[in-house]
Amino acid sequence: MENSFALVGKGYLIVAADTTAARSIVKMKSDQDKIKALSPHLLMTYSGEPGDTLQFAEFVERNIRLYQIRNLYPLRPSAAASWIRRSLAESLRSRHPYSVNLLLGGYDIASDDPHLYWIDYLGTLSEVPFAAHGYGAYFALSLLDRYHDPNATLEEGLATLKRCIDEVSKRLVVSPDKYKVKVVDKDGIRDVEL
Amino acid sequence: MSIMSHNGGSVIAMVGKDCVAIASDLRLGNEAMGISSNFQRIFPVSDRIYLGLPGLATDVATLREKFRFRVNMYTIKEEREIKPETFAHLVSSTLYEHRFGPYFIEPVMAGISKTPTGGVKPFIAATDLIGCLNFAKDFVVAGTASDKLYGVAEGLWEPDLEPEDLFETISQTLLNAVDRDAFSGWGALVHVITKDKVITRTLKGRMD
Repeated sequence: MENSFALVGKGYLIVAADTTAARSIVKMKSDQDKIKALSPHLLMTYSGEPGDTLQFAEFVERNIRLYQIRNLYPLRPSAAASWIRRSLAESLRSRHPYSVNLLLGGYDIASDDPHLYWIDYLGTLSEVPFAAHGYGAYFALSLLDRYHDPNATLEEGLATLKRCIDEVSKRLVVSPDKYKVKVVDKDGIRDVEL
Repeated sequence: MSIMSHNGGSVIAMVGKDCVAIASDLRLGNEAMGISSNFQRIFPVSDRIYLGLPGLATDVATLREKFRFRVNMYTIKEEREIKPETFAHLVSSTLYEHRFGPYFIEPVMAGISKTPTGGVKPFIAATDLIGCLNFAKDFVVAGTASDKLYGVAEGLWEPDLEPEDLFETISQTLLNAVDRDAFSGWGALVHVITKDKVITRTLKGRMD
């Protein structure tokens, strides 16, 4: 099943999501990128109902881009989080609500610090130092409670993330095998191999 | 599980002598899984009114935005600050607008109003999720630990407490009640509103 993790460190944010696209009990694909770059310093993982996920992620991506074109500056992570939350909260009480869970993270170039937001399909928003979605969250959050360090270097942060992924692979029955990992810091977004 | 206890959390408000206090825990959960230990659910409405919103976390944010808008509109149109009593009715009617598809929130508010003679009058109120008002003279509670809060508050509260004594009473009431509730806790936040200042303190709590 779907898992996504994220954690903030000193001047960076790490985001990871599994790469499986499943339908019922069958794996259809194992190289699906479920992390979208919304702007040069903003990342979003999406999981939930297939179809809804990509549709909503692209809707968010285009609107964030539109804001940047209109105003000549990008939305800051906190503002983007509020806008996305509101979209989901309005959708929740509509005829066809989006069933999408998100981890939104970015590096705020105005205040020079990373931010991470946990958002679920109800429109619940919370800024957190680390977060996870899916069954993997039950294992990862306990590990992150113990090992997360907001002042850790990128190498130490990636080691903590690897601990989470390894534990989920070891203990979860329906664990995914591959993850995509991305990092955002003052220089922008880049892919990382664990 | 009930939607009212999906995210957990509790709020309590108490009356003192020329002061009121409002306090809440800081847990945000997803059923039994804890997500955040720093989730604010009490918001300032004006300098002297605070509003606590226990219930479904998405509606905490939605209602906070809605009340900020409506109070701003009131302030601009009336060219004066809203009174706690008026605000309570604003909360009530806003919730009753959604009578048949409610916001899953049971608001608790605390404030002090000025009397014509120049004195101050403490005010607390709570409503249910469809806006039925409860004006109490002693204390009001809401959230997943409300039954426990009633019990402890009934035992600890007494009339005419000074601000510092009221702070101690509300803090002990909240901390001891949320320790008996799995869905509330993870730290607490207390505001004591007096006639010339608001004292805000963060409390440490059990993290289990």
